[in-house]
Parts: sequence; C-alpha cells; structure tokens
Amino acid sequence: MAVGEVMRMEIPAGGDLTVTTPELHVLAVDDSIVDRKVIERLLRISSCKVTTVESGTRALQYLGLDGGKGASNLKEVNLIVTDYSMPGLTGYDLLKKIKESSAFREVPVVIMSSENILPRIEECLKEGAEEFLLKPVKLADVKRIKQLIMRNEAEECKTLSHSNKRKLQEDCDTSSSSSSHDDSSVNDTPSSKRMKSESENLSSLF
Amino acid sequence: MVLFVCFEQLSPIFLYNSVSWSTLAMNTTVVAQLQRQFQDYIVSLYQQGFLDSQFSELRKLQDEGSPDFVSEVVSLFFDDCSKLINTMSRSLEQPDNVDFKQLDSGVHQLKGSSSSVGARRVKNVCISFKECCDVQNREGCLRCLQQVDYEYKMLKTKLQDLFNLEQQILQAGGTIPQVDIN
Repeated sequence: MAVGEVMRMEIPAGGDLTVTTPELHVLAVDDSIVDRKVIERLLRISSCKVTTVESGTRALQYLGLDGGKGASNLKEVNLIVTDYSMPGLTGYDLLKKIKESSAFREVPVVIMSSENILPRIEECLKEGAEEFLLKPVKLADVKRIKQLIMRNEAEECKTLSHSNKRKLQEDCDTSSSSSSHDDSSVNDTPSSKRMKSESENLSSLF
Repeated sequence: MVLFVCFEQLSPIFLYNSVSWSTLAMNTTVVAQLQRQFQDYIVSLYQQGFLDSQFSELRKLQDEGSPDFVSEVVSLFFDDCSKLINTMSRSLEQPDNVDFKQLDSGVHQLKGSSSSVGARRVKNVCISFKECCDVQNREGCLRCLQQVDYEYKMLKTKLQDLFNLEQQILQAGGTIPQVDIN
C-alpha cells in the first residue's frame, strides 16, 4: 500500500471492526551474517516478510531517514528488530532515531543482545523499545513478539472502531435535532469524511 | 510400493517383482540402520559438549522448503571463524604492539555467532579468550586463539559427518529423525 492510499474496510452492521491483517513486514538489523540468517529464518517461518540489513546506517537509509533523497520513498514496516552492539550506530542509537521520526515512531522496535546488562535493558525500554531479547534468539521468542505486535494492532483497530461508533452517534444526535430525519445525509458528509481519515491512520500501521 | 502380481504372468516378470521386493526390504533395513547411526551420532555430539540446545533450535527451522538451512548457517559460521581467527592472529603478532581492543571485538563477534549456532565448545573458549583480553594477557590470548582454531575445525569435521549421514538417509529414501535435546 502506498502512502495516501485509502484502505477500504467492510464495517458490519454490528459495528465491530475485524480487520484481517496482512503479513507483517519486519526490518532486521544485525552486523553478524550468521545472526542475520538465523533471524531471517525465524521470522519467515513465523509468516513474516523480512528485510535484513547489516547496520544501523543501512537501516536508516532503507527507511528513508538518512536525510537523503529517501524521504519520498517511505517504506511500510510493522516491526524493527535490531542488535544492540553494532559498529557505528548501535541498536540504541537506531532506536532513538526511529522514535524521533514522525514516520516511524509508532513502529515497534525490539532490541536483541547477547549481554544481559540491566542498565542497558532499562535504557532501551525507557527510550521506547517494545522488548529486549536475549541472544541466541529462539523460535518461541519470535512467536511471542509477533503475538504482541498483532495484539497491539488489534487494540488499535478496536480503539478506532469505538471512536468511529462514538462519532457516528454524535452525528446522529446533532443532525436529528436540527432537521427532519434523513439517514442518507448522515452517511454522506461529516461522518464518512472522518471514517476516511481514520482508515488513513490505520493504513499507516501496515 | 506394493506390486500385486498375477500368478498367470510370465515368469521373468514374476522374477523381476520378487527382486524389487527384496531390494525394498533391504532398503528399509538400510534406512533404519542409517537413521539409528544418525541418532546416535548427534546425541553423542550433544553429550560430548560440541553442541548445545541452540543447535536443536536451528534444526527445528529446517523443513522440506528449507532442507539445507542448518548446513548453510554453519557454513557461514565456519567462514566467519576462519576470517576472525586470521584477524585476531594478526592483532597478536607483535608482542609489544597487541591491539587488545580489536582482539576483544573479534572475540565478541565469535562468541556471538558460536552462541547463535549452538557451537558450545567454541563459545566456551571465547569466554576464556575474553578474560585473557580483559587482563591483556598476550600468552593467554595466543593459547585461546590456538584452541578456538582447533575447536571450530573439529566441529566442522563432525558436522560434515553428520550432514553426510543425513544425505545418505535421504538418498536411501528415508526421513531424517527429529532428535530433540532441550
């Protein structure tokens, strides 16, 4: 899906929004070729689409956050998994840059490290990391992360669905007080515009 | 595959079918023997500390779609070992000019990748190696370097034997046993 494209959703009469989520796209960052191969396989076997890069710098380039021409070429990424200790930009540095960006600050970032250093873990979580995984990473870890991400996105959908319902309610109340009851006009203007913008927000998750 | 032969058939055909029956029977025995051999061998690798549970984690990721995953990963690991050992060897060359920082970085990388593939002995040498780096013990580092070189090469040979057994099983028409060590 390109930026700006509206995602159309079928909203049943009951109002409960169930969106079938497309495949998660994960960006995996690690300077070790062995670890890249392993994490890629772990993610693929968990039905994720995977892009691997070898450094924080490359990751920023891929995301278009390197201040270069990439800005117009925003990638859709649902999760970023990065090693902590890398030459140049560390995983922590990368995390900070992602959280500072408007385009990707909502994307969950998971840090991996072979060292169980508490201050490091706290620092990463404080900066907004979703989780901290201890290497070597296992299938159970990836499955857990994926569930966490999917659940978060489902929560987002639910929140949006509730706010849609509320807004529809408000529209009904205001229009019925001013003019004679006409359901079609309620569907046409303000509420439908709002629903479009809500779905645009949703599309940025995917 | 079972072939039903009508007794009225010509004897040469009957003979052919009985030959393929015994071949089938022999194949089954061969497969079972190879599978047993494989199982014993991999268990011994775990028991002797060459491999740890992470190796069995990697085996879980191998399937018909990715039948060579494990051998591909370990191949990358062995290449990595060779490269890192060369670099570290150079760092240790001159007695009064050892770059312990670069050495530490190399050991860290090696420890990481050995941990990721379940190469237990290699990883353990890296732990000792790091300790020698930390106290800038060149002699100790040289010993560890030698040891890590020995261990990775030993593991390479062992795993090659294991993968050969796998190939033999597959060629004989069998499936590779799932050996779970956790």
